[in-house]
Amino acid sequence: MSRFSLFLLPAIGFALAGCRGWQSALDAQGPQASELAWLFWIFTWVLGAIWLAVMIALAAALLRSPASRPDPLLVNPAQDRRYAAVVASLAVATGVVVLVLTGLSVVSQRNLFRVEEEAVTIRVTGRQWWWEIRYEEADASRSFTTANEIHLPVGKPVKIILNSADVIHSFWVPSLMGKQDLIKGQENDIRLVADRPGIYRGQCAEFCGLQHAHMGILAVAESQQDFERWRDAQIRPAEPPGDPERQKGQAAFLTQPCIMCHSVRGTPAGGKVAPDLTHVGSRKYLAAGTLPMSRGNLAAWIVDPHGIKPGVNMPTIKLQPDDLNAIASYLEGLK
Amino acid sequence: MSDALARRDERDLRDTMVDGSELHARLAKTWGTGRGLIAALSTVDHKIVARRYLVTAFVFLFLGGLSAAAMRIQLARPENQFIGPDLYNQLFTMHGTTMMFLFAVPVMEAVGIYLVPLMLGTRNIAFPRLNAFSYWVFLFGGLFLWVAFILNIGPDVGWFAYTPLSGPQYSPGKRTDVWAQMITFTEIAALATAVEFIVTILKQRAPGMTLDRIPLFVWAILVTSFVIVFAMPAVMVASTMLILDRLIGTHFFNPSEGGDSLLWQHLFWFFGHPEVYIIFLPAAGMVSSIVVAFARRPALGYLPLVLSLIAVGFLSFGLWVHHMFTTGLPQLGAAFFTANSMLIAIPNGIQIFCWIATLWGGKPVFRTPLLFVLGFFFIFVLGGLSGIMLASVPIDTQVHDTYFVVAHFHYVLIGGAVFPLLGAVYYWFPKITGRMMSERLGRWNFWLAFIGFNLAFFPMHLLGLQGMPRRVYTYQPEMGWGTLNLLATIGSVILLISFVLFLWNVVSSNRRGEIAGDNPWDAGTLEWATSSPPPPQNFDRIPLVTSREPLWAERGPLPVVGGLAVDMRQVVVGTVTEARPILRESSPEPSIWPLFAAIAVGGTFLGSIFTPWAVVWGSIPVAITLIGWFWPSGSPEDEK
Amino acid sequence: MKAHRLAEDLSALPTYGFGTSMTMWWGTLGFCALEGMGFALAIGAYLYLVHVNAQWPLADVPPNHWPGTILTIILLASIWPNLQAERRAREENLPAVRRWLIVMCALGALLVAIRFYEFTQLNVRWDQNAYGSITWIILGLHAAHLLTDLGDTAVLAALMFTRHAKGKRFSDVEDNAFYWYFVVGSWLPLYLLVYWVPRW
Ligand code: HEA
Ligand code: HEA
Ligand code: HEC
Ligand code: CUA
Ligand SMILES: [Cu+2]
Repeated sequence: MSRFSLFLLPAIGFALAGCRGWQSALDAQGPQASELAWLFWIFTWVLGAIWLAVMIALAAALLRSPASRPDPLLVNPAQDRRYAAVVASLAVATGVVVLVLTGLSVVSQRNLFRVEEEAVTIRVTGRQWWWEIRYEEADASRSFTTANEIHLPVGKPVKIILNSADVIHSFWVPSLMGKQDLIKGQENDIRLVADRPGIYRGQCAEFCGLQHAHMGILAVAESQQDFERWRDAQIRPAEPPGDPERQKGQAAFLTQPCIMCHSVRGTPAGGKVAPDLTHVGSRKYLAAGTLPMSRGNLAAWIVDPHGIKPGVNMPTIKLQPDDLNAIASYLEGLK
Repeated sequence: MSDALARRDERDLRDTMVDGSELHARLAKTWGTGRGLIAALSTVDHKIVARRYLVTAFVFLFLGGLSAAAMRIQLARPENQFIGPDLYNQLFTMHGTTMMFLFAVPVMEAVGIYLVPLMLGTRNIAFPRLNAFSYWVFLFGGLFLWVAFILNIGPDVGWFAYTPLSGPQYSPGKRTDVWAQMITFTEIAALATAVEFIVTILKQRAPGMTLDRIPLFVWAILVTSFVIVFAMPAVMVASTMLILDRLIGTHFFNPSEGGDSLLWQHLFWFFGHPEVYIIFLPAAGMVSSIVVAFARRPALGYLPLVLSLIAVGFLSFGLWVHHMFTTGLPQLGAAFFTANSMLIAIPNGIQIFCWIATLWGGKPVFRTPLLFVLGFFFIFVLGGLSGIMLASVPIDTQVHDTYFVVAHFHYVLIGGAVFPLLGAVYYWFPKITGRMMSERLGRWNFWLAFIGFNLAFFPMHLLGLQGMPRRVYTYQPEMGWGTLNLLATIGSVILLISFVLFLWNVVSSNRRGEIAGDNPWDAGTLEWATSSPPPPQNFDRIPLVTSREPLWAERGPLPVVGGLAVDMRQVVVGTVTEARPILRESSPEPSIWPLFAAIAVGGTFLGSIFTPWAVVWGSIPVAITLIGWFWPSGSPEDEK
Repeated sequence: MKAHRLAEDLSALPTYGFGTSMTMWWGTLGFCALEGMGFALAIGAYLYLVHVNAQWPLADVPPNHWPGTILTIILLASIWPNLQAERRAREENLPAVRRWLIVMCALGALLVAIRFYEFTQLNVRWDQNAYGSITWIILGLHAAHLLTDLGDTAVLAALMFTRHAKGKRFSDVEDNAFYWYFVVGSWLPLYLLVYWVPRW
């Protein structure tokens, strides 16, 4: 707890965002999520009213004080027929209500899964316990891979293709859209639009093993220019570090086992089984929404990933303290 | 009269030839369970087996509840370090598996095993040895699971064990094997019991108990048994495939070799959805019994209530896909399952309306059993309505796999099954033990359970909407879920206290409770016609049924039929619809072989986790014990 | 216990009967229903896998259907001796029942032997791919029925040679025959599935 929470303190603005709508289905930030929230409230009001009516009827049944019944078989058939008629009409009413609700649900389903020409295509691959993210362009040189953070231009339809490299995960950013599973051997997709710039958190919703709890994702909605700027930066390979500390870090990084798993484009590091680190410093969080990005947290992560995310698929690697700091500094600089 | 003839007559003594206490004593000797360990292990008395079933199922409730308490403590605040991910995953898997497979289904069956023969006016359940066997199988299955958990090989992939996470690649080790074999094994118990119920209810009703005089609880058990017969094979097929994938390298669920992981989900939920009604329908039967007894009038809408049970049973097979709305199925297909799921609100609504109308037309007597039923209305209807929300594909894409779903299913499971069950325990305890439970403790029990429950589970709806997924062992403080989780934990502690009170009430009332008498509630069905607790033969003579509530209709002496053997076990077998008696079939006497057979089958299942050859070698003892079971011992029951 | 008023005397009722009058018949029907459901689900799983795979079967050669075809013919033919056993049991004709039970045992043993041979002629192993797995499990599921029914019949045949061979035992023979129809009937769709769907 101790060291962990220390590193959490610098979680600057994000803690504030947590109070409202950080990851909430009712804080809709796009047409899909609004549609969903609207449907949710309709159902809630209708069904809530039904619940209340049933409770009132029950209370009324209990609060009547009829004469006691020494002979339980003595019933009034005329009265029973009236009760039966009430029950029958309530049954019909139930039928009508569920018919209407089904209709609403189906219409909304249509709206939700309507296919629009997409402006951006993102391929998300679930892995135990992080997200591999690939922006796909017809022009292959403009495609690139990153991890755990998607950016989208505000107001533009985005198509997200979902797939898994191992077990089933589920992609869910509640403020934007409902969830959809990522299943190996099958390709699902969802479409969504963000209405306003902002940072929306999401989380893997299908139980996927030890660290299912720490499989967060960030959706960063920004203006078209900001998005383009971000994308151009991501497409570029990593810039060689300028200052000596970082140079030392790069050298250390490249001689460590890190490169067996991680890639940094523009360097010999070409591992494919772990998050691409080319621009890791530009991300807001580390290790799938687990730690806010900072040099300190980077170092904490590298020195003891299992203390932070027990069971994670990254080994604890013994590093000299100054190598550690240099690597952390190098990675932080990969903007 | 020659000597030989006299002896024959002696052996063929009929209940028309003796009367009163002699008849009672002789029948008790014929049907009784002897003294000593062997006799206890050989018993086939449905009441004794049911009591064992009940106690065992409640022990599993407490174990499941204690694992829930551990989870709640872990979740009480963000980044709590009480339990790590590995243990937490085992805990919720154990919790869900225990509650569904070792508590909820068996406990409903236990109540049925106890009551159905009594309500039908017969002396034992059909196939009593199979019944004894099913208990042993259930016990061994449960023990397997919990011993494995203690040895740190408890399953950790959730109660529906989705592949590929539960497959050979992502769950190495024995944990999931334990789960899969335990499931297959204990389902044998449920299936056997279901067949017993169907045959008992169709064939062994007291003369005159036509279909429209069957008590509603028995109807519920009948429908449930049919649902079991058609649903449980799915999970057995599925878990067998899973274990084969894991142990001998088949590829049912492996997409890279032509398998498919959604096949698992289809098979599992084809069972899993009916499963929840397997739990709920008997509870609905309990509600009917209690409402009728405490409203002091016959059920208003017997026929609609029966038809609703049947409709729910049928519909329950057409809903399974609503657990898979986010797997990327074709939209149209998904919408079809939305419609079906909502449709089930109609029969469920009819039941609720009929019960309320019955209360309305009667004079409710507010004793503890009725309190629990009122709690049931409050909670179950809310849970049912949140089910209607989940049934909508769009809404489900938001709340699926979140605490909203956790809230829904605890509302329906605890509100819809546990509350009626507790009411049922208060209601039938006097019949089972001969003593009343404490009413004062009962009221405390009810209010603590009611308040604790709602405090524990209502906030979970909000948590789900605020984005909290289920099956997470912790969450970060900045998610803002801390307060509601703390509230939920406090609620579960109150709930736990209510269960401790319940346990105390059961234990102390069993010793010192007020003596109950045959029919303390002045209820109308046949189980109240015999003494409390009932003698081994249930009834000295089999009742002749003339109405739906025989004890209300026959305030004088009960009409009965005679002519059954006294010195051997005999039951009346009748026609299916009219219960016109056609046979005096003999009923098997006690035997130790069902226990041996259960040990042999259990050993085979256990061994197969380690080597497939266990199935081959295990079949030898299984065959031997089964032959021992069926081979006649020469007793009169065998020869007639 | 509530006071009694004797209203009807059932002394004259028999202690056993045949067919639907006995509880055992209904029990057997219940087990047929649940096992039949198991078969139905296995068939469903097979068709599901056919549906998700573009190519079927996932093996070069479909299974050699001849052993299965011969088994099917013998199974169908076995209906006749089975019917005899059932009829003679109803007549409580002990010598005939013994005879036909022995015939059924012999047929059962022959069928089990052919079934073992069938496994070798599938041209796919269970661990090769999902097609192999589902084919083996379906065949295996049915083989388990052949085996248990053989065991059942053998025990019953032995029983009919002991002093217990009277009364209710004839009803047991009848139920055993009834179960055999289920074993035969459930095989037919499986036969088509295992041998002819891959040749589609
Ligand atoms: C006793 C158990 C029980 C019962 C009775 C129910 C009843 C229902 N359930 Fe529930 N359900 C579970 C136990 C149960 N469920 C469990 C355990 C899970 C989770 C499994 C897991 O994932 O671990 C689950 C999950 C679950 C899901 C999947 C959620 C998800 O994973 O995303 C869905 C979706 O449709 C659903 C729907 C329903 C519906 C429509 C009913 C209906 O039958 C409810 C009908 C009742 C009423 C509607 C109330 C009474 C009616 C009236 C008063 C009339 C008026 C009503 C109207 C006009 C609407 N349930
Ligand atoms: C009938 C079924 C049933 C019942 C009764 C319960 C009862 C409870 N459940 Fe249940 N629950 C499930 C079925 C059930 N649950 C299922 C199917 C799942 C899904 C699992 C999965 O995801 O795989 C689940 C999941 C689940 C979760 C979600 C876990 C997660 O997703 O991470 C939580 C969390 O709060 C929870 C809590 C509780 C609590 C607090 C109770 C309480 O009501 C428990 C109350 C009982 C007690 C507290 C016992 C009292 C003990 C005694 C009286 C013994 C005293 C004796 C001595 C001390 C000697 N349950
Ligand atoms: C065996 C493979 C492996 C090796 C070796 C390895 N890592 Fe990792 N690393 C991973 C995986 C897998 C993750 C994703 C963990 C998660 O979030 O669940 C990860 C995550 C990270 C992250 C966070 C990335 C992000 O986008 O949030 C950083 C930074 C990192 N590793 C740095 C290093 C460094 C530095 C080294 C060498 C000292 C190293 N890794 C060695 C597998 C590896
Ligand atoms: Cu990935 Cu949960
Ligand atoms: Cu369901």
